[in-house]
Amino acid sequence: MSFARTVSDTRLIFLRYLRQTLRSKVAVVFGALQPLLYLVLFGPLLSGLAEVRGSGAGAWQVFVPGVLVQLALFGAGFVGFGLIADLRSGVVDRLRVTPASRTALLLGRVLRDTAVVAFQGVLLVAAGLALGLRAPAGGIAVGLVLVVSLAVGVASLSYVLAMRTRSEDAFAPLLSAVTLPLMLLSGILLPMSLAPGWLDAVSRFTPFRYVVDATRAAFLGDYATAALAEGALVTVVLLVVSVALGARRFRAGDT
Amino acid sequence: MIEARGLARTFTTGHGPVEAVRGVDLRVAPGEIVGFLGPNGAGKTTVLRMLTTLLAPTAGTATVAGRDLRRDPAGVRRRIGYVAQGGGTDPAVPAGEELDLQARLYGVPGRAARIAGLCDRLDLAGLEARPSGSLSGGQRRRLDIALGLVHRPPLLFLDEPTTGLDPQSRGNLWDHIRAMRDRDGTTVFLTTHYLDEADVLCDRLLIIDRGRIVAEGAPAELKRRVAGDVVTLELADPAGAGPARTALAAHPAVREAAVTGSRVRLTVEDGETALMGLVRALDGAGVELASLSLARPTLDDVFLTVTGRSLRDAA
Repeated sequence: MSFARTVSDTRLIFLRYLRQTLRSKVAVVFGALQPLLYLVLFGPLLSGLAEVRGSGAGAWQVFVPGVLVQLALFGAGFVGFGLIADLRSGVVDRLRVTPASRTALLLGRVLRDTAVVAFQGVLLVAAGLALGLRAPAGGIAVGLVLVVSLAVGVASLSYVLAMRTRSEDAFAPLLSAVTLPLMLLSGILLPMSLAPGWLDAVSRFTPFRYVVDATRAAFLGDYATAALAEGALVTVVLLVVSVALGARRFRAGDT
Repeated sequence: MIEARGLARTFTTGHGPVEAVRGVDLRVAPGEIVGFLGPNGAGKTTVLRMLTTLLAPTAGTATVAGRDLRRDPAGVRRRIGYVAQGGGTDPAVPAGEELDLQARLYGVPGRAARIAGLCDRLDLAGLEARPSGSLSGGQRRRLDIALGLVHRPPLLFLDEPTTGLDPQSRGNLWDHIRAMRDRDGTTVFLTTHYLDEADVLCDRLLIIDRGRIVAEGAPAELKRRVAGDVVTLELADPAGAGPARTALAAHPAVREAAVTGSRVRLTVEDGETALMGLVRALDGAGVELASLSLARPTLDDVFLTVTGRSLRDAA
């Protein structure tokens, strides 16, 4: 399968699913509304605390990166439901019988999901800025790139799980069993620097913790830090591994 | 057009391995309409999914549309069309968009003209802007077939093409399938569990049961070869079943006798001539008859003869 073929097929699949998203504008708006609610209804509590212990940063600089990662985790984590619907309607099989690149069948979908997360992320940062977030533009850009790359990995994994479970009834509980502890352990709402030793130790085993810390470092303008390097590394590894797993799943099909 | 040898597929499940298909050999010539007949769960769809590259066989080899299934699945995909049992459209996506994407993925030259031509032939013209979910069952089925035909494949696979359609739509679809073959020489390989469909539409049938092909041939030939005429006797008293069976089994025209309650079902050669002799034999054995009927074999009888159960019961 040539590279050019994969690129052009990816574009076709991306456009198909982008049109699907644009048909359901309501879903996009509500998807973005949830993180905005966190900002508006939970953020002020944090900025009410004079200063978040251990970071010395403004509350928004700690909180907005957390909600961004949460957006990637939940926004991209749930995309598997769309694949299950397509498995059921036969769209996945229909596309797999065409000579389309197997990688494109995955990537086209993932890019759409990522575009949605990117759009919602920008919206979220804009709302944060309006509420009092102060961060360097470069740092915000780096943070968004991290979060969007994370979304690529999370969406691919969501598709792998959906392909394996093949039904909403099995997929939904599995998804919440995975995402909820990941969210809590990543220090998305409050930094893990507040955590007791054991919790901090456990959270170091979840990849998202590093992405959250890195995004926070970027928002603080601390570019030459171990946190940012670790977060970037974790994101890249997660992305490569997840996309490889996902592409293999689309090649092999069902078992 | 298709040549498969020893095609097999074993699924690993929580309850151990399940042999869905146990070594299928089949040949399909160009231009044939071949029906793959069997009850639900016989392995029809599994064979179809293997031949269309959706499922890797655990054993066996196959050449499909001139390409090796294992070595060149992409080559197979370019040359076949596949219409799954439940179709393959997103109910929210307009029919025209589905066709356009399909044509682009296959790299069909003159896309717009090809799609317009197909819609015309399959009576879909004017429906392009409608979401596929808003189409009638028959229209949606024709859209699925248009999607499978957009790249002019020499070989088309149809999985249960008329399941769930009303009788009029079924007849209409049969006409379209025949037209594909007659006009373009398209080879059609379809699965069905409808005997009437197999009978009127297919040039040749393969009967599959429990993962194996148990009979094959033209519908008329299968009826002639596998099953004789069917004589059904209703006994006045179920107690007569034993003596009746003994008396009939000895009769030279009787090939097979099956008893259920007070009903005896006989497979006989040349039923009309044999009928009088059968009645006399029963009379001689002192068995009293309530009723008697003679029927020409149907494909259901073929199925019953080769598998030992009725397709209707099995399905």
